[in-house]
Amino acid sequence: MDGHAILARLRERFGPAILETGDHRGDHTAVVDRARLAELLRFCRDDAALRFDMLMDLTAVDYLKFPGRDAGARFEVVYHLYSVTEGHRVRIKVPVEEDDPVVPSAVPLWAIANWYEREVWDMFGIRFDGHPDLRRLLLYEEFVGHPLRKDYAINRRQPLIGPRN
Amino acid sequence: MVETPEVPARRTQEFFLGEGTFPQPEATENLLVNMGPAHPAMHGVIRIFTELDGERVVKADVEIGYLHRGFEKHCEAGPYNNAMPYTDRLNYVSPLINNFGYCSAVEKLLGIDVTERCQYVRVIMSEISRITDHLTCIGATAMELGAFTVFLYMIKAREFLWEVIEQVTGARLTISYGRVGGVKADLPPDFEPAVRSAFRETRTVLDEVHKLLTGNRIFVDRMKGVGVLSREETISYAITGPMLRACGVPFDVRRAAPYWAYDRLDFEIPVGEAGDNYDRYLVRMAEMGQSMRIVEQALARLPGGPVSVDVEGRPLATPAEYVDRGKLGKTDGLLLTPLRLSPNLRGQERAAHRTVNAPDKRVVLPPKADTYGSIEGLMNHFMLIMEGFGIRPPKGEAYFAVEGANGELGFYVVSDGTDRPYRVRCRPPCLPPTAALPRMIEGSMVADIVPTFGSVNMIAGELER
Repeated sequence: MDGHAILARLRERFGPAILETGDHRGDHTAVVDRARLAELLRFCRDDAALRFDMLMDLTAVDYLKFPGRDAGARFEVVYHLYSVTEGHRVRIKVPVEEDDPVVPSAVPLWAIANWYEREVWDMFGIRFDGHPDLRRLLLYEEFVGHPLRKDYAINRRQPLIGPRN
Repeated sequence: MVETPEVPARRTQEFFLGEGTFPQPEATENLLVNMGPAHPAMHGVIRIFTELDGERVVKADVEIGYLHRGFEKHCEAGPYNNAMPYTDRLNYVSPLINNFGYCSAVEKLLGIDVTERCQYVRVIMSEISRITDHLTCIGATAMELGAFTVFLYMIKAREFLWEVIEQVTGARLTISYGRVGGVKADLPPDFEPAVRSAFRETRTVLDEVHKLLTGNRIFVDRMKGVGVLSREETISYAITGPMLRACGVPFDVRRAAPYWAYDRLDFEIPVGEAGDNYDRYLVRMAEMGQSMRIVEQALARLPGGPVSVDVEGRPLATPAEYVDRGKLGKTDGLLLTPLRLSPNLRGQERAAHRTVNAPDKRVVLPPKADTYGSIEGLMNHFMLIMEGFGIRPPKGEAYFAVEGANGELGFYVVSDGTDRPYRVRCRPPCLPPTAALPRMIEGSMVADIVPTFGSVNMIAGELER
């Protein structure tokens, strides 16, 4: 299925919940309202025409210091979906506000979401509602802050910690 | 005389059978055992926390992060090309693929195409890297199962290939060969015979290893039916590369979404059936043969052969002589005079530069001869090097995937229109299999952790970035 058809199918099914669709350099993107994200991801996986059986990547972007973007949500959680059976891709983005950084978890849909979501929590401090075990993935629990946020200085030091017990 | 307190005599039975005063446990208790973070059978620093019932793994948890260096944060701090040395250190067994993957993501963001020759150069170097990666993976796995000979043979073959890589890039591991819009330098003139002789050695090694391992009872018993992951679960864990193909899914980014010159080359995608460690081994062995086939085809089709500096018969000059002549006002024909470059800059001559780099002055540094020899070249060089200038892709984002040695290696780059990437995300191909590792080892024996972990081929630098 070609990218425009995928986006058209999502628009047709979810209507106003699709805030924006776009095609930049051949990457087809749909921006989705958070309230219907879980439903949309499930539809993407289970719909007979889409069949996105693989969550290729899950990450986030902090738009705090993005020039010319004063309004709008601070974070965007980005899903790259791929269909092994159909061989097509799509990118789903969800705006997330700074004061309520919670997104529904995709763990029930794809097993790999477990680690990806732990990494996003670790790096950006975005929580995933319904995640079975939301620990930090790469850093340690005593780490203060979330390093890939734009207000985390690159040269910031962390206090030394001793052994756990 | 000091009286020694009387020690009650103990029967040897108490010592040896744990009887007598020792409490007799009513039921067995599970044992918690750490494997790692520093363990001889661990390819990197990773901690596998296991709960054992006798020899059987009841539950496992994997802890990573020991090699996290903040790759993504560091990429945001410097200009686009400055990320190149960091990408070397992602998958340090096949760094060239990372280099080119990152370059291609930025090129996609810029909307530029690289030259035909550059595409072939990238294909050739990527495939050589893939062979070195698979050699390391199989060699290390075999060694951990006791087949030390195989490890030595495979490292020997890898050494021949690394010599070829060293000839081209000047380094063995930290190669930094990719550049946005091209590559650092053209292939050296004696490249093709060097590759052919290295491949001859590699083929001999692969034949020997086939004889040593493929039918070897010990090896097969340790690998077959171990670490099995069903097709559905493999896909649900987003595992790509040899591990997905070992379950019979012929997904390969080189075929699914051909990039560079892969659509013009003929190769097969080896697949397995069972999705166990043995099939993963067979897939990797077959892939090395296919990679050599790709390189040989690409070498035969490589457009525009290497160009030597003095092909036009003009006198050579060093950069310093250029400057001196310029000061005296002798600038006639200076642009046409080829430069005698140091051996470190071999392959960066004007003619070679044009064949491997995109003709885009906003992206690619001019050849050194132009930088030293003309004001336009110097200005062009400055406009790309000085802070605040450099490569400035328009606002936007792009995801570009290449087939890494372990699976889909994706780079997601967001640009805010300045000379620094706003966000770089690397989709590490060995993170999904590592995440699935507990699933693969739970229920198996402790000794099965080792071959399964070997076939995952975890590279900590890439996993933890």
